[in-house]
Amino acid sequence: MRLRRWRRMSVPYALALLGSAWMIVLFLIPLISQLSVSLMTGDPEQGYNLTWNFGIYAELFGPGAAVPYALFLGRALLFGGAATLITILVGYPVAYFLAFRVPRRWKTPLLSLVVMSLLVSFIIRTYMWGFILGGHGPILTWLRALHLAGPDFHILDTAGAVIGGLAYNSFPYMVLPIYAVLERIDPRTFEAAADLYASPRVGFFRTTLPLSRAGIFSGILLVFIDSVGDPVNSQLLGGKTTYMIGQAIQDSYLIQQQYNVASALSAVLMLALGVILFAYARFFGTENIEDLV
Amino acid sequence: MTTSARDTAEAAVSLSGVSRRFSDTVAVENLDLDLAPGEFFALLGPSGCGKTTTLRMVGGFELPDSGRIRLGGQDVTNLPPHKRDVNTVFQSYALFPHLNILDNVGFGLRRSGVSKAEADRRSNEYLDLVGLSGFGRRRPTQLSGGQQQRVALARALVNHPKVLLLDEPMGALDAKIRKSMQLELKRIQREVGITFLYVTHDQDEAMSMADRLAVMNMGRIEDMGEPHRVYDRPATEFTAQFLGACNVLPLLADASGAHLPDGSAVVVDGRAAPAGAGWKIGIRPEKLHLQPVGEASPAPAAANSTTATVTEISYLGASTDVVLATPWGSVVQAYVQNTGAERPVARGDEVRLSWHSSQCFYLPPGEVHTGDDETETEAAA
Repeated sequence: MRLRRWRRMSVPYALALLGSAWMIVLFLIPLISQLSVSLMTGDPEQGYNLTWNFGIYAELFGPGAAVPYALFLGRALLFGGAATLITILVGYPVAYFLAFRVPRRWKTPLLSLVVMSLLVSFIIRTYMWGFILGGHGPILTWLRALHLAGPDFHILDTAGAVIGGLAYNSFPYMVLPIYAVLERIDPRTFEAAADLYASPRVGFFRTTLPLSRAGIFSGILLVFIDSVGDPVNSQLLGGKTTYMIGQAIQDSYLIQQQYNVASALSAVLMLALGVILFAYARFFGTENIEDLV
Repeated sequence: MTTSARDTAEAAVSLSGVSRRFSDTVAVENLDLDLAPGEFFALLGPSGCGKTTTLRMVGGFELPDSGRIRLGGQDVTNLPPHKRDVNTVFQSYALFPHLNILDNVGFGLRRSGVSKAEADRRSNEYLDLVGLSGFGRRRPTQLSGGQQQRVALARALVNHPKVLLLDEPMGALDAKIRKSMQLELKRIQREVGITFLYVTHDQDEAMSMADRLAVMNMGRIEDMGEPHRVYDRPATEFTAQFLGACNVLPLLADASGAHLPDGSAVVVDGRAAPAGAGWKIGIRPEKLHLQPVGEASPAPAAANSTTATVTEISYLGASTDVVLATPWGSVVQAYVQNTGAERPVARGDEVRLSWHSSQCFYLPPGEVHTGDDETETEAAA
């Protein structure tokens, strides 16, 4: 009897143990090792040693930095923010349409269509955009043939191309959480708003939008974090003027093999994202933590 | 209180010839309805009878295919919900989960341009009215079902609509709370004096609260009037069966009057015997008297009396539920009050079944649509 009860009581702890082990092995240890690697000095030939070199942060981001990493970080935050804004503006109506306007039997096929883009490799998708928007791609060829674009006009290598690529790749991550939240709202709520003299427009801003805040918040988390750290879009769709922090991390790690630099850049990126998202969560006014989940 | 809206110059709500179809099914057919100002009116019927569709058309959530809807004389047939001076208490309450109770109640006031301070003041007043003072800062999810319903009521009433629509508002409440809410709702309605249009499938609710009620079936009004009139003299067999229990016995009519299949005469106060086939007589189970055949009164069998055999007895404490079979095979139910005076009947007993001529009613053959005017005079009889 007692053993059985002990067993039953221990089950939640056993389950928690698994989760905790997962977090420690796959998150906490890599995080600590990353932070410690950032404080090492050395070179790819001789190897790296932990020398508690805190100076590296000032070296990389200070005023006299050899490579403008602060600029790359700022650009990444700007591009990521722009891409997030675009996914909200485009994704919200899509999610709204799917949740409220589409007949029930069309919901699953249309949702699958949104998710379908994720089935194609992210790299291939981005490459295809590079081809489509490229100098010899169909769009520019047509634009030139119609004399709508001059011979020097290009789409690739611009901030617009990179932001567009980021927004395109993150699109489902914005649509799905917003859809999930909208779908859960009792449609009588909208009738109640209309019943209480709210025009459709006022009703949307007074009920639908605030009620879907949690979905927008999740979407922003997913899209913003993913876009700011992304190394692929700026590499495949951008050029020198669109170099972002994610690319810098990747290049310093894989090409220059400056593991300490890569780790330090990544730590600063993480800190920047953390501060921004925390401030945003506070600013967005979440009285109830349940509103976020 | 007036019992018929036609007495007053202007009805609070008036539906004339309203129909609504959904693809190939008719939800509401050629409906006429007038509610007097300050009236508590119940629309009663089984699910799918069109009562909720009727309510939603008054609220503006459905548009009628034909007919007109007027509110206090103003034609609102095609106005969207937010432009109608009507408020609704939804079955699921539909409170705004992201707003606290005070802001929920004040939502309509704010939309119609009332200042925040004034909206808060009036909202608190109505929270007092429904017995929820001090709940303003809470969220809807922190309230019980009964409390949420009171909030929904306050949220609608605070706007002083021309008519308040209530869509089975007690559907989600348990029986005990429901009973006390009925009394409370009636009190609130008297206090605010707003016209209530109350939709329900629960006959007890409709009968206990409504000044007048209409029984709906298949998109039509079967009968309409004061609860006791509709109960005592229902216009149709459907109404008789839906509103409480009712024994319906077949009638044979000829020149000498109406008879039951065994030849016993039937008389209904104030009504001539019906001519034509298919008429029936309705008697409520509590209006039947049972007497063992042996000790029947010496007087010869008068009208409104027949014999039957007891087939089933259920003792319920206050009363006994007796099921009987007539010689021609009809099943009759009788509720006998256990006053201690009568000798109890037993299964298999042959009994004399009788009823008073003022407590039975003729039921027309088939389905007959009957309006208020036709039956009003008979009720007075």
